[in-house]
Amino acid sequence: MKTIYSIMKREMNGYFGSPVAYVFIVIFLILCGFFTFQFGDFYNSNDASLRTFFVWHPWLYLFLIPAVAMRMWAEERRTRTIELLLTLPVTLPQAILGKFLAGWLFIGIALALTFPMVITVCYLGDPDIGQIVAGYVGSFLLAGCYLSVGSFASSLTRNQVVAFIICLVICLFFVVAGWAPVTDALASSVPLSVANFIASLSFMYRFDSVQRGVIDTRDLIYYASVITFMLAASSVVLTSRKAS
Amino acid sequence: MIQVQHLIKLFGSFRAVDDVTFEVQKGEVLGFLGPNGAGKSTTMRMLTGFFPPTSGTAKIMGFDIIKESLEAKRQIGYLPENAPVYPDMTVEGYLKFIAEVRGFSGQELKKKVARAVEICSLEKVLPQTVDTLSKGYKQRVCFAQAILPDPPVLILDEPTDGLDPNQKFEVRRMISSMAENKCVILSTHILEEVDAVCTRAIIIANGKIVANGSPEELKRRSSLYEAVTFSLDSVPKDEAVSAVSALANVAKVEVLKENEGSLTLRALPAAGSVIAPAVAEEIRRRGWISTQFHVEEGRLDEVFRNITRQ
Repeated sequence: MKTIYSIMKREMNGYFGSPVAYVFIVIFLILCGFFTFQFGDFYNSNDASLRTFFVWHPWLYLFLIPAVAMRMWAEERRTRTIELLLTLPVTLPQAILGKFLAGWLFIGIALALTFPMVITVCYLGDPDIGQIVAGYVGSFLLAGCYLSVGSFASSLTRNQVVAFIICLVICLFFVVAGWAPVTDALASSVPLSVANFIASLSFMYRFDSVQRGVIDTRDLIYYASVITFMLAASSVVLTSRKAS
Repeated sequence: MIQVQHLIKLFGSFRAVDDVTFEVQKGEVLGFLGPNGAGKSTTMRMLTGFFPPTSGTAKIMGFDIIKESLEAKRQIGYLPENAPVYPDMTVEGYLKFIAEVRGFSGQELKKKVARAVEICSLEKVLPQTVDTLSKGYKQRVCFAQAILPDPPVLILDEPTDGLDPNQKFEVRRMISSMAENKCVILSTHILEEVDAVCTRAIIIANGKIVANGSPEELKRRSSLYEAVTFSLDSVPKDEAVSAVSALANVAKVEVLKENEGSLTLRALPAAGSVIAPAVAEEIRRRGWISTQFHVEEGRLDEVFRNITRQ
């Protein structure tokens, strides 16, 4: 536990020690605001909720989280620091978890900095606080899923750009599998049960249900299993390829 | 103490390390010699738990590297090849991180870091980030990391690679100063290093151990061992060569240098014999003037080349 914490702390300092972290946070906040007010038409919706705010998150994360995750393992392998890290009294799962938690916490901080949205909506109307909390929880869990995919993508290569693209493509699949235009197209070409199964794998499907303000156990299990699976996959890849 | 038993590592069908067995006791500095690609680094990476052996195992202070991997890793300070240290961390931050992962905290952590900094003379660069350091300093930071927990076993992969002669001397001095109550394995292809710091050397080629002994024992395998190199003034070449060649146990006499009036010869002994006294006596008896007289210890580089070039 203490080892995981030490690794997490180091990664965290790594994020904030470089300009990347600040650039990421600023871009994330600007885009959040831009999408919510411009495309979401927040004011004219006449709705005291953050629905128009959260609805953009899966798309924002699609580009921003691969950028956070890409260096996670690719850089360790490129600079060979992985050799020193894994010959310390550290197990591979501890290292993977430490890095993952650091990235997740970092995104959590960026997400927490969107609090002016909450203040705005509370000032303008009388929103359902429970729904807003559920929205944040859902968004944070979604970010965890993207990040775990990023961990896996980053373990596959020494090249950060390649890691970025692999992560983006896998995440894109998970997103569009539940996106209305795609599900409609699927429903008309394959049996409904297959179409439903594919849609149920999607991040969007789960994300929508949480945004309605209900945190269902099934959704939590879904998020937990995606993260666990992707981190385990990172471990398998790193075990076999760390030396190459 | 390190006990390595029948260690084998295959990469595909390539046998990188092929049935390596050896032991290192406390107080020993074992030099791991071999051409590039001989399997030195691969062996070290298995011992330090970076990847598991295909078969065979090793015990580090009694802990099995496969079954008790974490405990085994705790016993080892490791300096990997090319000193891979996180480039964006400061030296101080990095050493603190290592100390934390090694399980130290509070006052003890501070003490351990301070001690490593002192031994490696890193005081001046503490607030600098690693990527601004010269190669020599980077190597020292990585060395500091290895000795920080004061581990009973040190495994150093080419610790002096790429350093200038002064820095090499410094690193060797640090190794020697710590060797007394530790097990040290260091790999190198600089043969003078073996003479300078190692109590024993293993030569490895194509994944196999081809020689294992003290530097003196290895040198004894050299054809130059106990050869006599001497120079003579104003003695005709033919006369000198035939006189020395006639001595018992002299296998061969070579002319190394021939200047006006001065002659440098080398007499090689028959295997296992000592000829220096006989040569000296001959020179004295004939009344020759010898300005130099040197008994060779045998040369590691020659032994190394003979053994690894088969």
